[in-house]
Formats: sequence, C-alpha cells, structure tokens
Amino acid sequence: MRFAALALLAVTMPATNAAMAAGPELTLYAPDYFATEWGPGPKIEAGFEKICGCDLVMVTGDVLPRIMLEGDRTEADVVIGLNTDTTLRARESGLFAPHGQDLNGLTLPVTWTDDTFLPFNWSETAFIYDATRLANPPSTFQDLLDAPDDLKIAIQDPRSSISGLSMLLWVKSVYGDKAVEAWQKLRPKVLTVTPGWSEAYGMFTEGEVDMVLSFTTSPAYHIGAEQDTTKRAAIFPEGHYFMAELAAKLASSDQPELAAKFMDYVLSPDFQGMIAEANWSYPSKLPRNQLPAYFAALDRPERTIFLSETEAEEMRKPALEEWLSVFAQ
Amino acid sequence: MAERLRTIARSPGTWVGAGLILLVLGTLAVVAAYAGGLSALGPWDWAALRFTIWQAALSATLSAVLAVPVARALARRRFAGRGLLITLLGAPFILPVIVAIMGLVAVFGRNGLVNDTLALLGVDRVSIFGWQGVILAHVFFNLPLAVRMILHGWQAIPAERFRLAQSLGFSAADMGRHLERPMLREVLPGAWLAVFLVCLTSFAVALTLGGGPSATTIELAIYQAFRFDFDMGKAATLGLIQVGLCLLALGLSTRVTVPAGFGAGLDRDIALPAPPGWRRGADVLVIALAAAFLLTPLAHVILQGLPNIVGLPDAVWTAAARSVVMALISAALALGIALMLALAVASGQRWVEAAGMLPIVASPLVLGTGLFLMLRGVASAQQMALPVTVAINAVMALPFALRILIPAARALRADYGRLADSLGMDGLARLRLLTLPRLARPLGFAGGLSAALAMGDLGVITLFADSRNPTLPLLLYQLMNSYRLDDAAACAVVLMAISFALFWAFDKGGRLHAQL
Repeated sequence: MRFAALALLAVTMPATNAAMAAGPELTLYAPDYFATEWGPGPKIEAGFEKICGCDLVMVTGDVLPRIMLEGDRTEADVVIGLNTDTTLRARESGLFAPHGQDLNGLTLPVTWTDDTFLPFNWSETAFIYDATRLANPPSTFQDLLDAPDDLKIAIQDPRSSISGLSMLLWVKSVYGDKAVEAWQKLRPKVLTVTPGWSEAYGMFTEGEVDMVLSFTTSPAYHIGAEQDTTKRAAIFPEGHYFMAELAAKLASSDQPELAAKFMDYVLSPDFQGMIAEANWSYPSKLPRNQLPAYFAALDRPERTIFLSETEAEEMRKPALEEWLSVFAQ
Repeated sequence: MAERLRTIARSPGTWVGAGLILLVLGTLAVVAAYAGGLSALGPWDWAALRFTIWQAALSATLSAVLAVPVARALARRRFAGRGLLITLLGAPFILPVIVAIMGLVAVFGRNGLVNDTLALLGVDRVSIFGWQGVILAHVFFNLPLAVRMILHGWQAIPAERFRLAQSLGFSAADMGRHLERPMLREVLPGAWLAVFLVCLTSFAVALTLGGGPSATTIELAIYQAFRFDFDMGKAATLGLIQVGLCLLALGLSTRVTVPAGFGAGLDRDIALPAPPGWRRGADVLVIALAAAFLLTPLAHVILQGLPNIVGLPDAVWTAAARSVVMALISAALALGIALMLALAVASGQRWVEAAGMLPIVASPLVLGTGLFLMLRGVASAQQMALPVTVAINAVMALPFALRILIPAARALRADYGRLADSLGMDGLARLRLLTLPRLARPLGFAGGLSAALAMGDLGVITLFADSRNPTLPLLLYQLMNSYRLDDAAACAVVLMAISFALFWAFDKGGRLHAQL
C-alpha cells in the first residue's frame, strides 16, 4: 500500500516542470489538443510568459461544459478554443467579460463585431479529397449531391462533434427549405457518420472513403508537415461555412489586468504569426502576405457563409430534426 | 439477526460494495441535483434506448453462442502454441476502441481483405457500415472475453469426472448431458451478462460503424446532453436508465444460472477426452476460424504502425511509462477489491454482486461529471486527473475481475469452506494457505485483464484530463487530433504491446502459482 501511494505520487508529479515562471498566476482553460508539443499550447505559454511577468497555467479539457459546471467559482481567468455556434449559451451565462480589443484590422472573411468573444483563428468546413484517387471531384455542392452513389464520404455527427454541427448548418444555409431533399440525396454517399473528426479523417487517409468532412485549411497540414500536395479541399461556389475559434475573459477573474494583457497577446504579431502552422488554420489578424507561402496559396472559396450565434442556435434544433429524419430511418 | 449483522459489519466486502453503490448512484444523484431534477426524454432518446438494448442483446447472444465451440475445441485439443494462442485470442478485448475500429475497417471495409476476396469469387461486396458492423465489432471485442470465461468453466470441471465418464463408456451426447451442459448452465449466463453490459454503454463503436444515427446508443444521447444541450438532468435520467437495465439483466441472469456442483477434484492436469474423427476436423476448423477473425485485424494494426515506431516522439515513451505505473496500481486496487467482493458474494451476500457489476454500466460522462461536482472545492481537477483515472480504471475493471473470481470463490467455499471452518482456519492464515493458492489462476487472469484494461482506457477524460502529463491512450488521441495519423498508428502498436505484456505477465504468474 505504501508503495502504491509513493508510486501514485510519482506519476502525478508533473513530468516536465517547465521552469516555473515567477509572478502571479494566470489560469487559461484550453481544449485538449492544445497542450501537446504539436499543438499551439507550449508556444502560447512561452510567448506570453516572456512579456507578462507571470506564470501562465494552462488547464485542458472540455472548456465550455467545464466553465458552465463551475459557474462563477471557476479558477479560469481566460479561456481559449471556444467555437462559434456554441457561444450563445456561454454568453447567456453571464460568466464572460468584454475583451476590450479593437476589432479593426481583423483578417476574417466576415465582419466581426462581438465584444465578448475574440477570434484567434478561423477556417471553413470543406470536403477534402486525394487528387490521386479522385480525378474529378465534385465542383459544386449540387455536384456532390448528384454524384453517383459509389462516391463515398464520411461526415461527423452533429450531436457529438463541432464540425458535424457546422455541416448541419452549412447544408441548412445553402438549401434552406430543401435541406431534407439535399440530405436524402447525400445519404447514399455517406459511408458512415463518426462521433468525432479524427475517426472520419482516419478513414480518409486509410483510403476507406473518397472524401471527408474537414476544413479548407486541412491540406495545409499535408503540405507543410508532410510535403504531400495530393490532399485538396473541394471548393463549392455555393459557399463554405465559417468557423472561428475564440478566446474570452472571465468576469470573475482575480487577475483582470493580466487577462486583458492576454487578450492583447492573442491579436499580437507574435501569436498570430505562429498560429497557422501550430493549429493549421488561418490567423485572425495577419495579412495574407505574412502567411507561409503554401498557406496563402491554398484554394479559397468565393463565398463564406456565416451565421450569428442566435441564428445558429435557432437553426440547430429544427435542422437536427431534419437530419435525423433522413438518417435515422 | 444480531449474528448476521455482525458478519456483515465484519466483512470488508460489504463495505466496499456499499462504497461502489455510493460512487455510481451518488454521482448520478449529484448530477441530477445540480440540474435541479431529472429531465424527460424525447422520441430520439427512446429510439436510442431501443437500439441500445437490441444490439447489446444480439451481440451478447452471438458472442456467447460462438464462444462455446471455440472454448470446447481449445479445452480438449492439445497442440504446439496452444497456450500462446489462447493468450493472443484475448487481445481484441484489451484494444483501445479506435485502434480496433481501424483494424476492422481495414479487413472488412470497402477495400478490405474480405471484400477483395469476395470480389475475386464473383460475390457482391458486403458493407461493414450499418447495424451489422456494430454487431461485428462487438463480437470482435467480446468473443475473447466469452471464450475465456467458458474455457475456465471447462477447466473447472475436475478431470476425475471426465475419467469416470470415460470408464462408464459415456458417448459424446452423454458427456454433454451430464458434464458439459450443467457447466454451461452455470457459466454461460454470466458470460452473456458481461458482454451485454459492455455493449450497453458502447459509444464510438456504434457510431463509427453504425453508419449513422439509426445506430445511436444511450451513451451518445448522454454526450449530446452534456456537450451541446448542457441538459444535465437528461444526462442523469439516461444514466439512471443504464443502471436500471444493468440490474434487470443481472436479475435475469441470476435466475437462469444453476450451480453445476461438480465438487472438488485432485487438480491433476489430465487432458480432456478428445474425440477423433469428424469432431477433430470440426475443432481444428473452429479454432482456425476464430483465430482468423480475431487476429487478422490485429495483424493489420501492427503492420500499419510498426514502421513508424522508431521515429516516435519521446513524449510517447514518457506517457507509456506513466501509463504502466498507473495500470499496475489500478490492477492491484481492482484485484484487492474484487477478491473482497467475490468472497462476500460466495458467503451468500448476493447484493454485493450487483454492486460490483454496477460500474460496467455507469456512464463515464455522468460518473466524471458527478465526481467533478463532488470534488470541486476540495482539489483542482488537474491535480486529481491522474489519481481519479487510476481509481476509475480500477472500478471499471472490477465487473470483469468479479465475473472471473465469483465462480471460483463459490467453488472454493463449497469444496473447502466447511473443512477450513472446522479447522478454525481464519483471517490471514486462511487467505495465505487456502484462498490465494486456490484462486491463483483466476486471480492472475483477472489481474491481467484489469491491468490491460486500465492501460488502454481513457478514464473519465472530459473533465479530468491532464493533457500535459497524458496517459498513452490520451496521447494517441492527441496525435490523431493533430493530423499525426502515422505516429498514432505506431503509438497504437506500442499501446497494444504493453497491454498485452501486462496481461501475459499477470496471467502467467497466476498459472505458475496455481501449481500446488
């Protein structure tokens, strides 16, 4: 038993105690994938601690449900990695404070006026294909719906995945009252609906499906990290659904100045310059010519579809019912 | 009455049993209280409930029925590499879900081995996606468990009974009626129950291979309530339904279980009668088919990941070491608790069995949320992440360890209980001289299973994840989410190898010490 206690102590000790920074603590809640050496977390921590004279403590997990559970007793001072489409409930909780940032100069394809949630990177939903396996990809959304049924795609479930939810709102925005018919046409091509993004993307790279629901920026990873230029996003003239990841300040923070400083940092050239290759999506405030060349050369849709959080929340339940009515027979 | 109360108060098993009930129902209650009560279910939730029960019942029945011929063939045939094959066949059960799904898709998917073979034969391709895929995957995961449980049943029939049957000139049918069927009547309901309960809380398998929301399980509905609707009341309602189903299934299986009552033997390792002729051919075929079904997807996972192992980042090895230590502690905890519970069950306290089975159906999300709400204010979730993961993995492995230990503990009590009582053998002496040696084999198996399960499990990850000190399965998910699928495949091989080694070491240890 004593051995067990000791061993337990040993494993619970942080393995990499990056030189403890001095000064007050600022607690940042972030999604799980942030913290790995391949995610943006370590760079954010190092970059911010260099200028803040503080210790940035990153706590990872399912950010929004956790904040909601904790309420105003949360230890978080700032959060990062919330998604558009789920911010209404977060806003209504009254737990978040205005970010106080000047929104001029953001490099988003849409107008952003939110004074609480601050975007730090963005992308759009898109179907990714492998040019060596699919010579003639659909060139419009309608083409995809009309494609022969042996074109197989994988999508994500809107009930468990944020990209699945984007797809739901994408179809509803493009097809409106005809969304049910659109889903009916798409259904025979949907090989499977996965609970999360990674299962679907794995099936695509394994060659099990021809196209996968992902993001317009997904090809950047393959080019940048693997020198593989065969993965492309199919660009549709009907438009692509916008999705941004957001940062916000907690109203209950006991470090409001540091929290404000962190918001400054999110839009600073240092942060914005590293986010493209750390999180494989477009930075929210960085002119295109400062992006890595291959990133700036990615195919771009002409139209970006963006729903306000109220529209998204109003649309979610009826759209989900429609989707279920087609897929759950 | 007073005497009875005293026994209960003295037995540690009853305290632990009560603690488990408190953990599972207590966390449910905390979540419900937070939500201000339970919420009603919608039509899709009921559809999910129907599908969940249907697929779990079908998966359990298929696994149990298919396991009988495999277990019998393995029990009565002797061949080189038999021990290794039995251990290998257990591997699918301890695989991380996502890894197994990838292996299954590679073999049964659109461009997989099976469909390519069918196409060569001019037969139509079959699709793994749909309810058939869910059942296939559940049988893949759980057939090994059922085979092992039934094989233990065969091995538990004292060899003397078979020799007596032979000298009386029993035919195969007689052997079946007097020896094998009574044993199956005792073992099969438990095996069915275990598989049924595992499938009840299935999440990723059902979704990924189900092909769409027609194959939705309760666990997904809980996830949706938690993630998008933030309807904790609904999560609690659904969690409660899972617990109710567990108790119902447990009640049913207890009713149809009949103790075989073979009595004690001399533990001589005598080969079972192995009928020649067509039965021999049939046994060979059954073993070959089971091995092909269970091992081909594993082989694919290994081939896919092996080339990248050398280049794996250091973080993988750190995480692996961390996970091994955690798995060992989890296994020790699970074994200790399971032994206490099994002895309590064997001494006639049936409710303890129900308590021990409860964690299998506890929704990890509800359990995690409940614990999170209970512990807030006491310690931060970050600090608690690894201890909570260790404890939860021990508790989650408990039902399996119990299913293995309970029959053995019952037989021990029936065969040696009175003798030990009359000798006044009690306390530590009884544990050291009787219980541990007699139960070494099932203890080894249960320990191996617990360690392997703990190694591959994510714990209650959503709220208690320390992503900077990740366990190996968490790191695997992080790799996948960072597009690093090749590294993830290699990481899966490492994870599989360690789980397997842990399982093997415990199982072997148990078998060595079983030699009296």
